[in-house]
Amino acid sequence: MAQRTRSQQADRIRHLLETEGDAVHAKASSFHAQRGEAYDAADDLEALRTEARAIKEDAIDRLPDLIDTVKDTVEANGGTVYVADDAADANAYVADVVDTQTEEHGIVGDDDTPSVVKSKSMTTEEIDLNDALEAEGIEVTETDLGEWVLQVADDTPSHIVGPAMHLERVEIAELFNERFDPDEPLETAEELTQFARDYLADHIQEADVGITGANFVVADSGTITLVTNEGNARKCAVTPDTHVAIAGIEKLIPTLSDLEPFVDLIAKSATGQSIAQYVTMLSPPTDSPTLDFDDPEEPITAGDEAKTDRDFHLVLLDNGRMDMREDDQLRETLYCIRCGACSNSCVNFQSVGGHGFGGETYSGGIATGWEAGVHGQESAAEFNDLCTGCSRCVDACPVKIDIPWINTVVRDRINRSEDPAATDFLVDGLTPDMEDGGIDLGKRFFGNIGTVAKAASATAPVSNWLADADPVRGLLERTLGIDHRRDLPAFQRESLVDWFEKRGGNATSSRRAARANEADVDREVVLYPDVYTNYVDTDRGKAAVRTLEALGIPVQVPDLPESGRAALSQGMVATADRQASRLYAALAENLDAGRDIVVVEPSDLAAMHREYERLLPERSFERLRDNSYEICEYVYGLLENGADPSALSTGNGAEPVAYHSHCQQRTLDLEAPTVAVLERCGYAPETTSAECCGMAGSFGYKREYYELSVDVGERLAEQVAGAKTVVASGTSCGDQLEGLLERDVPHPIEVLAPGSRL
Amino acid sequence: MTVDTVGRFERALEGLEVGFERVPAADASERIEMIVEEPAVGAPLPFEGVTLPESVTTEPTSADLEAARTGVTPVGFAIAEYGTVAVESTADGAEAISLYPDCHVAVVAESDVVPDLSAGFDRLADSFAAGQDSVVFATGRSATADMGDLVHGVHGPGDVDVIVVEDR
Repeated sequence: MAQRTRSQQADRIRHLLETEGDAVHAKASSFHAQRGEAYDAADDLEALRTEARAIKEDAIDRLPDLIDTVKDTVEANGGTVYVADDAADANAYVADVVDTQTEEHGIVGDDDTPSVVKSKSMTTEEIDLNDALEAEGIEVTETDLGEWVLQVADDTPSHIVGPAMHLERVEIAELFNERFDPDEPLETAEELTQFARDYLADHIQEADVGITGANFVVADSGTITLVTNEGNARKCAVTPDTHVAIAGIEKLIPTLSDLEPFVDLIAKSATGQSIAQYVTMLSPPTDSPTLDFDDPEEPITAGDEAKTDRDFHLVLLDNGRMDMREDDQLRETLYCIRCGACSNSCVNFQSVGGHGFGGETYSGGIATGWEAGVHGQESAAEFNDLCTGCSRCVDACPVKIDIPWINTVVRDRINRSEDPAATDFLVDGLTPDMEDGGIDLGKRFFGNIGTVAKAASATAPVSNWLADADPVRGLLERTLGIDHRRDLPAFQRESLVDWFEKRGGNATSSRRAARANEADVDREVVLYPDVYTNYVDTDRGKAAVRTLEALGIPVQVPDLPESGRAALSQGMVATADRQASRLYAALAENLDAGRDIVVVEPSDLAAMHREYERLLPERSFERLRDNSYEICEYVYGLLENGADPSALSTGNGAEPVAYHSHCQQRTLDLEAPTVAVLERCGYAPETTSAECCGMAGSFGYKREYYELSVDVGERLAEQVAGAKTVVASGTSCGDQLEGLLERDVPHPIEVLAPGSRL
Repeated sequence: MTVDTVGRFERALEGLEVGFERVPAADASERIEMIVEEPAVGAPLPFEGVTLPESVTTEPTSADLEAARTGVTPVGFAIAEYGTVAVESTADGAEAISLYPDCHVAVVAESDVVPDLSAGFDRLADSFAAGQDSVVFATGRSATADMGDLVHGVHGPGDVDVIVVEDR
């Protein structure tokens, strides 16, 4: 499938925002909040996540052995295992099972069409099983209510766990009333559910074969685990005499005891329940008697050979998974337990749902890995840009998958697979990157923002006037995809580094710090001049310098290389890798001298603390991580160690401040120190519940995503609109809020700095 | 089992809006009779001195199962922490009886109420070793939010009662 143009993508997103966004947002954000509460309430959550992760790592590592084991155990139990190479292979096998079963036992029910009832399974969606069976003349009925609604509506799942999440109750009622024409029109959720229950009960009773997925498969006992709330999976498995379970090979875990952490985690991460209603652990064929509703007078327990009456098939699907296992970057995807927590935690997903933020089958952040692995990179390319790398899914994932990294890597691969464009010359001069031509021009522009900013700063204010001119905005939109509705950053003629040098550099800073140093603190700081703090929002950099000096800390502001954050967000991994090495080299001597590295922009700190683990040698990564701090975190440390807050701009104890913490800062657990510092300094901070501002670096500038970015931003803006003072720690967050609220939104350090204007 | 564990179980069930009764074995049959709405089907209870009341049909036909308002079954054990009962897939049809009727009455010996999921998995391992290797952890009432609001009693029972036999 060819990728959409910017304009087509913008239209599609606008349509989803209007038609499905509200329904998805209501449910996904509520699941997300409930997950947070469930995680907080569990006393051993981190240990569980760590254990679950380790089990998956081990299971995928020895997957071929586990496949051999489960073949042996299921066959010893009396069932059959079939390993299917791909979708066609799996579908043909299942169709064959249904045919054989109906030939041998006759067709249940009144007509002569073989019938199958199914419980919810994303894996069968992946292989389009229903279409394949129907093409063979087999009737298929979905029994999960959400899936059944989609089957009636001829629609596709918009969420891994809540497939009909994008539909409102009234839409479902309309659909049912039109399709089934009940005596009394259906209206309430209760009525709709009762109707579905009765309708589906008939189908389950007359089904020849029951098909389920499997959340986990225990290799050494041949146990299929099904996690559901409705009970339909139990009915599909227990009622007909033939049960087919279809599972990706990655669902195998070694032993029963390995199942425990997953049973404990999966409902918490999916919906915030402590445990799902039904955790069905079946080692088929089971002793439960089959139910023959065509023979109503025969006791169900009559056949004492019940066990031998049952037929069980486990279909294990490869469909690209063995290749994913060999791929160092995609392997982690196989640890996914399909709980949907990454979708629920994602602000972009909450606004557009899985029909926008999803590929052929899978949706949400982890879908990039799944789609690239099972359907190919093109399917991932459809939606991969909707992951902004905000990283809020990282805390949500029950098996600690680095979902943003998978998105970055796949973006990089997509970039490299695109043909060089004739207009590459437009950015070639400005972009000293490591990328081959062919990558989207806008991505290359934003990925090299440091170089762009340096050039724009050197020519400010002319560059700012020029950039604001209508013809230039038109050109920027057409070539780089920068939306004309977005205010562009105004570059400062004097950078932070120049300002610092001009006021006397290190010597001046040491003098000022010595004068203020009553607590006798013996630390020195290198303040990292990130691109925005250095060239655009120099005020927050100056505030950081003044604050540190007032607390007795001498500061240096050397001209340092970019962190690689901008390149990472555009999927330019090679460029980021080079920048990480350069920055580390430039900082090494300071680290050796025992200086602390303090960072204002949270996204740059997050690069050092998270992505650098993959870009630098382990010792370098740890050394930089252990000696670098977010500015307010560092101030908090100073105050805790005896520095006097009265040297700063303090409030009266009750001064309200609305504080929005940057998304990546939250993932580093660094929201709390800023809150604590504001409180220590006499303010009454109130934090926002919005996980991300929606701007996310370059994302909100892009023409195709502008409206989505504003949709997300407005939810945040509503939360803080009434506050007298609004502060935000990220450049993007501040820009987004300033645009929407039309007022100044400084960094918290600008409120705290001595002589603050606020 | 300690009273604390049973108390914890009771609180968990309360949170799930599941009925809870604690009775001596001698009174269990009578209490079950009071709880069940007829028609009722059931699987035999393995607890010494406890039998199903006359009104509960064992070895039901599929027609009985379809018509039943209540299904009474024993459960292998229960997990206090989450209010979970472990329904075993046995040849007497406990799995289907606990699933098809509108109301499930689960009967458990007090000595089989274990404190937490971890202890539940220890019990599960024992069952598997003894050949009982198909078990459903059922917690609360069947539920869905797929129709726009939370509704109970979808494919499984919309009402659940748990009876703890205190001297067994």
